[in-house]
Amino acid sequence: MNALSPVTQAAKPPRVWHRFTPAERIGRSMVYVLSAIAVVWSLRTIEVIPEFLYDAPEQTADLFRRMWPFDWAFYPEQVHDALIETFHIATLGTLLALVLALPLAFLAARNFTRNPALNWLAQFIFVSSRSVNSLIWALLFVAIFGPGALAGVMSIAFRSIGFIGKLFSEALEEAQKGPVEALTATGAPRAMILVKGYWPQVEPAFWSVALLRWDINIRESAVLGLVGAGGIGVALDASLNNLYWDQVGLILAVIFSVVVVTEIVTSWLRARLI
Amino acid sequence: MSAPAAPGRLRPPAFPANWPARLAWAGLVIYTIYATSVLDVTLARFIAGLGNAGHFLSRMFPPNMAPDKLALIYTGMVESLQIAVLATFAGVLLSLPLGLAAARNLAPVAVYGPARAFIAICRSFHPVIVAILFVKAVGFGALAGVLALIVATMGFVAKLFAEVVEEMNPKQVEAVRATAAPFLNVLIMAVFPQVMARFVGLTVYQFDSNLRNSTMVGIVGGGGIGAPLFTAYQRFDYDVVLTILIIIVALIMLCELVSGRVRRIFQ
Amino acid sequence: MTHAASAATPAEGSAGLLAIRHLRKEYRAGQPVLKDISLDIEGRGVTAIIGPSGTGKSTLIRCINRLVDPTSGEIWFEGRDLARLRGDALRLARRRIGMVFQEYNLVERLSVIENVLSGRLGYVPAWRAFLRRFPADDVARAFDLIDAVGLGEDFATRRADQLSGGQRQRVGIARAIMQSPGLILADEPTSSLDPKTSVEIMELMAQISRERSIPIVINIHNVELARRYAQRIIGMSRGEVVYDGSPDGLGDSHLKEIYGGEDWL
Repeated sequence: MNALSPVTQAAKPPRVWHRFTPAERIGRSMVYVLSAIAVVWSLRTIEVIPEFLYDAPEQTADLFRRMWPFDWAFYPEQVHDALIETFHIATLGTLLALVLALPLAFLAARNFTRNPALNWLAQFIFVSSRSVNSLIWALLFVAIFGPGALAGVMSIAFRSIGFIGKLFSEALEEAQKGPVEALTATGAPRAMILVKGYWPQVEPAFWSVALLRWDINIRESAVLGLVGAGGIGVALDASLNNLYWDQVGLILAVIFSVVVVTEIVTSWLRARLI
Repeated sequence: MSAPAAPGRLRPPAFPANWPARLAWAGLVIYTIYATSVLDVTLARFIAGLGNAGHFLSRMFPPNMAPDKLALIYTGMVESLQIAVLATFAGVLLSLPLGLAAARNLAPVAVYGPARAFIAICRSFHPVIVAILFVKAVGFGALAGVLALIVATMGFVAKLFAEVVEEMNPKQVEAVRATAAPFLNVLIMAVFPQVMARFVGLTVYQFDSNLRNSTMVGIVGGGGIGAPLFTAYQRFDYDVVLTILIIIVALIMLCELVSGRVRRIFQ
Repeated sequence: MTHAASAATPAEGSAGLLAIRHLRKEYRAGQPVLKDISLDIEGRGVTAIIGPSGTGKSTLIRCINRLVDPTSGEIWFEGRDLARLRGDALRLARRRIGMVFQEYNLVERLSVIENVLSGRLGYVPAWRAFLRRFPADDVARAFDLIDAVGLGEDFATRRADQLSGGQRQRVGIARAIMQSPGLILADEPTSSLDPKTSVEIMELMAQISRERSIPIVINIHNVELARRYAQRIIGMSRGEVVYDGSPDGLGDSHLKEIYGGEDWL
């Protein structure tokens, strides 16, 4: 089986092999140990009330019993209009975010804007936008504009700027230099370079990011109503507070169907546009 | 189009008008105007809002740094962090087999069909809505938040992990299969090396995302900083709200920094 | 088409390590890629299968270790009919058959030695593979094989995606030998390599077959390489064996029958 002569094997000490260099091993071990500590620490301090847990299967069964049959009459009364409003909030919010994020993305792309201060400013706006959850944005905008769809549109838009801007500026930075340099060499004005040099290269990425975010925003806009920012969440909040679980069940089913339809539409649009 | 080109026929213009695109743009503009009017989003309301904003901001500043508030915020923030840690840990652990089961190139139809459907259900609801259901099932508190975020984690990590697995190079897998490796060894030596770096990337990304959402599940009783935040908001204690927001944003930025490091170690 | 060289088939009862009987493969019903192939491979030397692309050479090789399931027929290897084995029995039989691929098919993100040690995956339990705690004997043998295929110790910890094509194929060969196989299959092992490296790789395989007494079956479309390194040549055309004999006996008329036409000769 082993064709090597025993002499060579005896002459050399057996060679050992380790998968990682010591530095790699230390790095990985540190991540593992720290993760383990974090999990144990979280498990020890997080409060679990055993009585509630024993009760859980029964409570869950009870939940579904109360939900079914749905209160179908509730749909034309309140759900339908709220659903349409949710759709408008998500779509308008996404459109507004696109309008706001587009120029910022060009500012953030280091190959288009050669000014580190401007790059940094745009990046900072993106990070702040992304770090704040859309529900928190909704709280702020409800305080400013009062309850209603306007606050919803603004919160969706402000949460989405960072997402769209970050992904789109990354796409811009990956754009090939060739066409841009060719246009620059012809002495084309800067606006022309943008429209004919960059845009054709990044347009698919732009629409793909927009669709992705629109899909997410449909889901997000469904909960904004919990803090008063309009849409189907308002109806959900009311039904929850009144413990009308048959209405809650109906609303959840409606949200589920809308989300499924949205996924189908976005994947269809993506296949056609990109 | 099948007719032969007549000698005198005009050449098509170099840049033909793209009518479908133009129609789509026009439709978008009309929709925007329509939706704005339906939602009662008017300039007057917007300007009135800007007035409110000044008032709102003046009530926010300076952020409230009273020790008793900070102690409350600290407790809530720690709980949010713990929710995110546990949800990420358990969710990722579950996503690994779930993602493999949902990959068309590894699992038979009878397995990946149900796996995909389960992932789709996990994805379709916002974590806050899932938290509402878990609060009803297991009571108020952090556990409901953890469970809700586990669902969200599975919906995201398992879905994208399955896509990563589907994109891997089948030849490398075939070669290891040809060495007579049993399925588990094929996973370990042919599949994992190709996909693990991306999986770690997804995990740290999801941790950031869970941290963001763990600050929210408290609004519906799922534990964490959300409850104190919402209470302060409803009491118009906007200076406390600002303190909490600053801390949340700082923590999230810190975590993004750390996760960038972790990703580099495992690439 | 007639079996032009059926007389050259080795006599029944010779040192037949691998015996293929009436092998047939259809990917689509009614369109056989392999039509009733019967072959005996002896327990030594290099056997080259030549023929134009699309003629079923690759399918034949993959049927032997069941990466492709044959439609009908028997494949006798070490006393078992591989065509009938399934599950663990198939896996255990497959351990004894190493395979070398056209595009090397190394796991790109693993190191050279991990790729070589992959050859032991049919033997080691999963926990060992997971922790990379391969038995010390296996690791020592892997190092020796990396030397033996002409790479040297420095290569052991390099990642496979940093190697050139020829170096990768050497790792692929080491992986196959690592299985301690009774037979090595090679599917166009030189087709992705430049001419000089192709010769080196063929040289290496011939040497391994000789020194370690492992029979090798090679699919190859380069007739010159086949003539130079194989002791036996099997010519295939349209899913059938049309020549089976020594390299010396392979004349232009045979090549014409295998490849069709004569302009290229």
